Amino acid sequence: MSSARPRERAHPTPARYTAVALVLAVVTIVEVTAVYQAFLADILLPILLVLSATKFALVAMFYMHLRFDHRLFSALFVGGLLLTAGILIALLALFRVIVQ
Amino acid sequence: MHVTAPGHAAPLETSTGLDHRKLLMWAFLGSDCLFFGSLIATYLLYRGKSITGPYPHEVFNIPYTSVSAFVLLTSSLTMVLALAAIQRGDQRGLKAWLLATALLGGVFLGGQYFEFTTFIREGLTLRANLFGSTFFTLTGFHGAHVTVGVIILLSLFVTALRGRLPRERHLNVELAGLYWHFVDVVWIVIFTVVYLVEAPNIVGAG
Repeated sequence: MSSARPRERAHPTPARYTAVALVLAVVTIVEVTAVYQAFLADILLPILLVLSATKFALVAMFYMHLRFDHRLFSALFVGGLLLTAGILIALLALFRVIVQ
Repeated sequence: MHVTAPGHAAPLETSTGLDHRKLLMWAFLGSDCLFFGSLIATYLLYRGKSITGPYPHEVFNIPYTSVSAFVLLTSSLTMVLALAAIQRGDQRGLKAWLLATALLGGVFLGGQYFEFTTFIREGLTLRANLFGSTFFTLTGFHGAHVTVGVIILLSLFVTALRGRLPRERHLNVELAGLYWHFVDVVWIVIFTVVYLVEAPNIVGAG
């Protein structure tokens, strides 16, 4: 039998965790600042969605260790996320929120 | 001979070589995505459909909720620092970071209690309109998840105080951490799709 489990890497150090926290804090500040900028009104929604997705991915990859752990864990979580996204889009389309 | 990356448990004699408890936690979190996804979808379906007030832009206080979001994000950092502490055998650090995480969770819950009672005083209840029903259901279930997380963290803290959480049992802290971070990522989504999209610029633009 082979030795190490495939695709597992060492978890980050406390310094790296803190660096991720700083990035998360900056992104949150950018989010909150952006909603008060009138000139961003037309593109605010996509900006907020991208920033939110960035924070989500950072926490999942570094704090939940999906970037370092076995891929089966990622498959379980991302599978749930994809199902959720599919249901969300289907419901919003069914009730004509996103499709006229 | 087994080689294990730092921070990982030694391979187990299971069909996958992975710990079943961790696998189960990820399966639970994957299914909990569907739970919150349904609640968020329901909120979005009924957004802007209330025929009586109070309306979101009348009650939301974005700066206040931003502080709550920041508190929960900070608790995710203290949670991983607790995990890092137990993985290097630092019992003192483990207890301090676990307690800090539970306290930050408590601060978030206190903030949510204050927000809910303020909204109720302003006339927004579960029965007031579609916004009230969907908002309290979504954020209430999230608050319930945070409450469960705080209870888990406090039980881990007490276990550590009694000296029953040695380095070898770091998976217990990791599993609690996964749950806690999940609660955090759910709030990241709620903060955007419920609160920030009601900001004056977007409401005005729509």
